[in-house]
Amino acid sequence: MMDAVISTLIGALTAMVPLVLTSVGAVVSERAGVVNIGYEGILLMSAFFGAIFAEITGNPWIGLLGGAFVGMLLGMLHGFITVYLKGDHVIPGIGVNLLALGIVAFGIPAYWGTAGQHQVPSNFRIEPLIKTAYGSLSPVVIITIVITVLTHWVLFKTPLGLRIRSVGENPEAADALGINVERYRFLATVYGATLAGLGGAFMSVDWLGTVTKQLSAGRGFIALANMVFSGWNPLRALLGGFIFGFFDNLSVWVRTTPAVQKVIPWQFVATLPYLVTLIIVAGIIGKVRVPKWDGKPYKRE
Amino acid sequence: MKANIKGFFKPLVESLIAIIIGMLIGAIILAFSGYSPTEAYVALFDGALGSKYGWAMTLSAATPIILTALTFGLGARTGLFNIGAEGTVYFGAIAAIIFTNILGNVLIGLLGGIIAGLVWMSIPAFLKVFRGVNEVVSTIMLNWMAYFIALYIVLQKIPNPDDPNKTIAVPVSARFPIVIRGTELSWAFVISVAAALIAYYILWHTTLGYELRVSGYNERAARYGGINPKKAVIWSFLLGGIMSGLAGATEVMGRPPSYAISQGMANIYGYGFDGIGVSLVGRNHPIGIIFSGIFFGMLKAGATAMQIEAGVPLEMVRMVQGIIVVTVAIPGLLDLLKRGVRK
Repeated sequence: MMDAVISTLIGALTAMVPLVLTSVGAVVSERAGVVNIGYEGILLMSAFFGAIFAEITGNPWIGLLGGAFVGMLLGMLHGFITVYLKGDHVIPGIGVNLLALGIVAFGIPAYWGTAGQHQVPSNFRIEPLIKTAYGSLSPVVIITIVITVLTHWVLFKTPLGLRIRSVGENPEAADALGINVERYRFLATVYGATLAGLGGAFMSVDWLGTVTKQLSAGRGFIALANMVFSGWNPLRALLGGFIFGFFDNLSVWVRTTPAVQKVIPWQFVATLPYLVTLIIVAGIIGKVRVPKWDGKPYKRE
Repeated sequence: MKANIKGFFKPLVESLIAIIIGMLIGAIILAFSGYSPTEAYVALFDGALGSKYGWAMTLSAATPIILTALTFGLGARTGLFNIGAEGTVYFGAIAAIIFTNILGNVLIGLLGGIIAGLVWMSIPAFLKVFRGVNEVVSTIMLNWMAYFIALYIVLQKIPNPDDPNKTIAVPVSARFPIVIRGTELSWAFVISVAAALIAYYILWHTTLGYELRVSGYNERAARYGGINPKKAVIWSFLLGGIMSGLAGATEVMGRPPSYAISQGMANIYGYGFDGIGVSLVGRNHPIGIIFSGIFFGMLKAGATAMQIEAGVPLEMVRMVQGIIVVTVAIPGLLDLLKRGVRK
């Protein structure tokens, strides 16, 4: 029993990575006032391209960076449409999600010649930092924690963070102080999408080691829910990500335990992370404060 | 009057430009992937529009996505991003199979789809109204829950004892008559067009529709005008639920040859996502949705021909759809292009 607890906790640390990276990215983006619901698509596309980069170069770390690069490009697209063209914040996100479904569904058979699923060979996957009998711990888990703490520090303890928050809270005042609102919003959006790209590539070149068109499995949206849960705070997003990662991992563990399978159909257990997300979001709304100009285009008078 | 015509044609032209850009980028990606774009597109258009059979397949493919697009479109007109059509379709199809097997009748099947849609879509509606839960997050979570719950029902509750690859079928007495023999086009297509016309009538010719549109346009103004935005939100979800519930029902009652749900829910999967694209290209307008639904149906119908004749994976069509939607998201596309030309 103790073994199961330890291995589930280690599993939760792994499962939290894409959620935390995406949530922390979303926190920065929304603190600057840009809503992006395209993270689901960014996770999926960067997982796909991350695996390709890893297999071409033979280096999973380049795969990881390649995924971050794809996220960055998609963030630039989103930032260009929302910040510079003053477009709607939600529609381009929906577009990116649909685009990802298409590109990955087309790309898997077109690139690897296999239908529906591609297994990333083990020599193209990131070596675990620690290997134990209870499971292994990826170095990316450490990187995720470092990125989260650093982002938190920059956001709340530095002048740069103050400027990022000011363009999402009161862009008129920020503008009057000579802060380039559009540039900060654009860069915050790109940063958010880059982190999500890192998280996406982590799924294919490290954690799951596979590419399917359902790989992101709603994690982009769970990350957004986690961002709300965190109250737009990176450190709390880390905690929330761990909780969601726990349920994500628990559902896999319960599904594959024969004794449980007899009592509860595995399909019901599989709904667990989504049900938990819904319950938590429904339970905390109304207690959080959204950045004031979140999702609103800012046009200079 | 002139402004009116401009207001009608501008979105139409912008959607057409988005479609052209989407197909051009698709062509570039095809060329990069080592396929011949011309061969692929010729096969696609010829397969979908080159014959009576192709047209029938195009219209039958348009049937469910017009309905799921109405779910998103009705939401968008009320200021909501309801992306829960996907999960609702599953339950609409399951309910139609169960209802018609109890009482074999087309109307009973449609009623089953409607009830399933109302029940499932009332969850995000109540979460939104009473708990302030953002519908984008709730409907996506509900889609995933629906996927697993529906999979359980399909595998454990209504499997076909003679064929493990599908569920029990809708009885012959509850199937839609086929319009053109040998094709998949049934009278179910009429249901989707009628639903679009009813949605149009509700939105622009009833008090409820006025309330829905005003709440979508400006919630504060709506409240000031004595309209309860909560009521509008609930109605928008419920009407949307009816549409995508019907999409699932018509799919199993009006699509030969199986009249059942196939393995992995392959024949009812993805319509909710397609519907979002259809609605956005149709500018969330029921009449626009009929036309963009037929266009997306054409892409779907032609995809098979493209795969057989040009060897291009039929998923290519999904990619082109995605690019079109991203392009649609660019505001004032026409003005941007004009400015670019002048420079």
